[in-house]
Amino acid sequence: MKKILAQCYIWLLLAMLYAPLLFIAVFSFTESRVLGNWTGFSTKLYANLFTGGVNGGSSLMSAVENTLLIALIAAVFSTILGTVAAIGIFNLRGRKRQTMQFLNNIPMINPDIITGVSLFLLFVFLKFSQGYVTVILAHITFCTPYVVLSVMPKLSQMNPNIYEAALDLGATPSTALRKVLVPELRPGMISGFIMAFTMSLDDFAVTFFTRGTIGLDTLSTYIYTDARKGGLTPELRPLMTLIFLLVLVLLLIINLRSARAENKAK
Amino acid sequence: MTQDNIIDIQHLSKSFGGVKVLDDINFYVRQGEFVTLLGPSGCGKTTLLRQIAGFIAPDEGRILLEGKDISGIPPYKRPLNTVFQRYALFPHLDVFDNVAFGLKLQKVPRKEIEVRVTKMLKMVSMADYEDRSVDSLSGGQQQRVAIARALVNYPKVLLLDEPLAALDLKMRKDMQMELKEIHRKMGITFIYVTHDQEEALTLSDTIVVFNEGRIQQIGTPADIYNEPVNSFVADFIGESTILNGTMIRDRRVEFMGHEFDCVDEGFGENVPVDVVVRPEDVYIMNQLEGAQFSGVVKSCIFKGVHYEMFVETDNGFELMVQDYNAFEPGSTVGLLIRPGDIQVMRKERTCNTVEAVVEDGSHIKMLGCNWECEVPEGFTPGDEVLAEFDFEKVELLDNREDGKLGGEVHFLLYKGDHYHLTILTDDGDHLWVDTNDIWDKGDLVGIEIAPADIKLKRRNG
Repeated sequence: MKKILAQCYIWLLLAMLYAPLLFIAVFSFTESRVLGNWTGFSTKLYANLFTGGVNGGSSLMSAVENTLLIALIAAVFSTILGTVAAIGIFNLRGRKRQTMQFLNNIPMINPDIITGVSLFLLFVFLKFSQGYVTVILAHITFCTPYVVLSVMPKLSQMNPNIYEAALDLGATPSTALRKVLVPELRPGMISGFIMAFTMSLDDFAVTFFTRGTIGLDTLSTYIYTDARKGGLTPELRPLMTLIFLLVLVLLLIINLRSARAENKAK
Repeated sequence: MTQDNIIDIQHLSKSFGGVKVLDDINFYVRQGEFVTLLGPSGCGKTTLLRQIAGFIAPDEGRILLEGKDISGIPPYKRPLNTVFQRYALFPHLDVFDNVAFGLKLQKVPRKEIEVRVTKMLKMVSMADYEDRSVDSLSGGQQQRVAIARALVNYPKVLLLDEPLAALDLKMRKDMQMELKEIHRKMGITFIYVTHDQEEALTLSDTIVVFNEGRIQQIGTPADIYNEPVNSFVADFIGESTILNGTMIRDRRVEFMGHEFDCVDEGFGENVPVDVVVRPEDVYIMNQLEGAQFSGVVKSCIFKGVHYEMFVETDNGFELMVQDYNAFEPGSTVGLLIRPGDIQVMRKERTCNTVEAVVEDGSHIKMLGCNWECEVPEGFTPGDEVLAEFDFEKVELLDNREDGKLGGEVHFLLYKGDHYHLTILTDDGDHLWVDTNDIWDKGDLVGIEIAPADIKLKRRNG
C-alpha cells in the first residue's frame, strides 16, 4: 500500500511538471489561434515558422535569432572572463580569496530585476546608447559569476604542481595556460558555458531594461509584448516544442557521453 | 670557485610572513654529484629546491648555475627539470605525450622526439606503456614517467622533491636502486630532497642536513653517520644515544659515571661535551670480565636482523644496544665501547643566555616580560645585560596560564637519564630545559624561573 502511494506521488509530480509542456506540444499540431481549441491535425504552424509566414511578419524569427546570437556571444565572453577570474581568485590566499568568492556570489543571489534596473541606470548615467551592445554587456555581467562558480571546483581538484611542471619543462606562463590548465579545466568551462548560455536565453528582466528603444527583441521580450497585444502568436507553440525537444536531445547526449566516459575509466 | 661546481648557493635567505624559513644558506654541488637535502618536515629543504627550480624568488643571496647567477631567470628558461612529489603528470596526455612535452616545446624534430622518448621510457622500464593514459598507471609507474619526462630534456641538474614519499616500502626500495642506476648511466647532477635519513644514506654522494632553515652539516653519508657535528644530526640520522659528558683531557672522556678512552683531541681539559653512542657500537656480553661497566637488561625486542635492547647501566643511565644475540630482560650484562666508536661533540650551549634589561633593584625585563631576580651591586636601571640560567633551573608547568611565560615543546632529546627539551616561547624565543618529566612534542607549557637562579652579566661591547 505504502509503495503504491509512493508511486502515485512520483507520477503525480512528474505529470504536474510535464503537463504544460505536453499541452503545448499537442496543440502545436493544430491551426487554431486560441490555445485549447482543437481544429484538427495540421503541421501548418511548423511550416509557417520556417517559411516566415508568421502573422506579424518575420519578427518572431528575428527575435529567435537575436536570442541565440546574444546568448552565444555572452556565453563565449563570460566563459573566457570567468575562467581567468577563477584562476586569479584561486591563487589568492586566505581572507582575500574568501572576500572575492563572496563578492562573486552576490550577483547570483541578487534578483534579476535589481541587476536590470541598476544596469539601466548605469548605462543612462554613462550616456551609453542602449541596444545590442548594452544587452550583451549586461548578459556577460550576470553570466560570468556562474562560470567562475563552475570552474573553481576543477581548480581545487587539480594537482597544484601541474602548472609548475609545465613551466619547469619550458612552457611560458601563457603556453602552460593553453596546453595544461585549459585542458584540465575544460569540463568546468563547458558546464560554465552551458549555464551561461541558458541563463542568457532565459533572461527577461535584464534584457527588458537594457535593450533601449531601438526595437530590439529577444524571445522573452517578444512574447511579453505579444501577450500584451492580445493573445499569443500561435507559431510560438511549435517553437516552444522544438526548443524543448532540442534541450531534451542535448541532455540525453551529455548524459550518455558522461556515462560512457565513466565506463571507460573503469 | 672551481669549474666543477655546477650549482653554487650563496647566502640564500627566505622568509614567509615574517618567519625565516631559510637563513644564510651556503653550499655547492659538483658536476655529476648526487646531493641530498635532508631534514625534518618544515626545515626549509623544499623551499630551497623550489628556489633552485625558480618557483620562488629568494629574499637575499644568489644561486649560481655554472658560475652564472640565475636568480632572475624564470623557471621555463632554466636548464633544470623537477620531479614532483605527487608526480604532477598531465592527465589529459598519454604517457608518450607527457614525456614528449618538453621536447615539443623546444621544437625538436619529430623523429628525434620519438627516438629520445622511446629510449627514456625504456630506461625507466615503461617501454610498453606509451599509449596508456596516465590515470591508469600505479603510483610507481607514474613516478617513472615523471622521471622520464624530466630526464628526456637532458637537464643540467635534476631536482627531485621527495619523489618516493608516496610509494610503499618495497616499491620505494626498488626505486631507490633504479634511481641510483639512472644517475650512474646519465651522469646528470641530482639534487634530491627527502626527510627519510635511510634513503639519504643509501643514495647520496653528499648529504646536506637541514634544521629550522639552517644547514647543520654537509658531508658524505659515512661522515654524517659516524661524525655528527651536533646532537640534532646525531639524533636525526640513525639510532643513537646522546649523553652529557666531560672531556677530561685529549683522548679521555667521562660519561655515564665512567671514564673512557676515545680518539678525539683538541677540546681542552674538563670541558662539557655531548657524547654520541650508536646502539650497534656497544658490545654486550654475559660476563663482567673484560667489560668497562655493567648494566641490567630492561627490554629486548626482535627487529629482524638484530635484537634491540634497552639496558640500565650501573649508574642509572638508559642505553640502547643492538646485538645479534638476545639477552633476557632482568639479566646482568657487561658492556664495552671501543674508543673509535665514541663520537664527542662540542656543546652548542651549556646554559640559557638571554638578552635582558635591568628595570629596578630587583627586577629585569627579558623574553617579553618582567622577572624578579637578584640584581647585583653596580647595575642600574636601564642597563642592557645578559641573563643566564641553567637548563635544569627552568620549571615547566602543565598549564601555560600558570607560568609567567607560555611556550611549546619544540624538540626533545633523551640523554640517557633525563630529557633535554627545546621550548619555543610565545614570542618566538628558544629556551633549553633539562627535566626528568615526560613531555611530548607540541605540548603547551607554562614557564617559571626562580629569582635566585637568574645570573646577570654585562654585555660585551
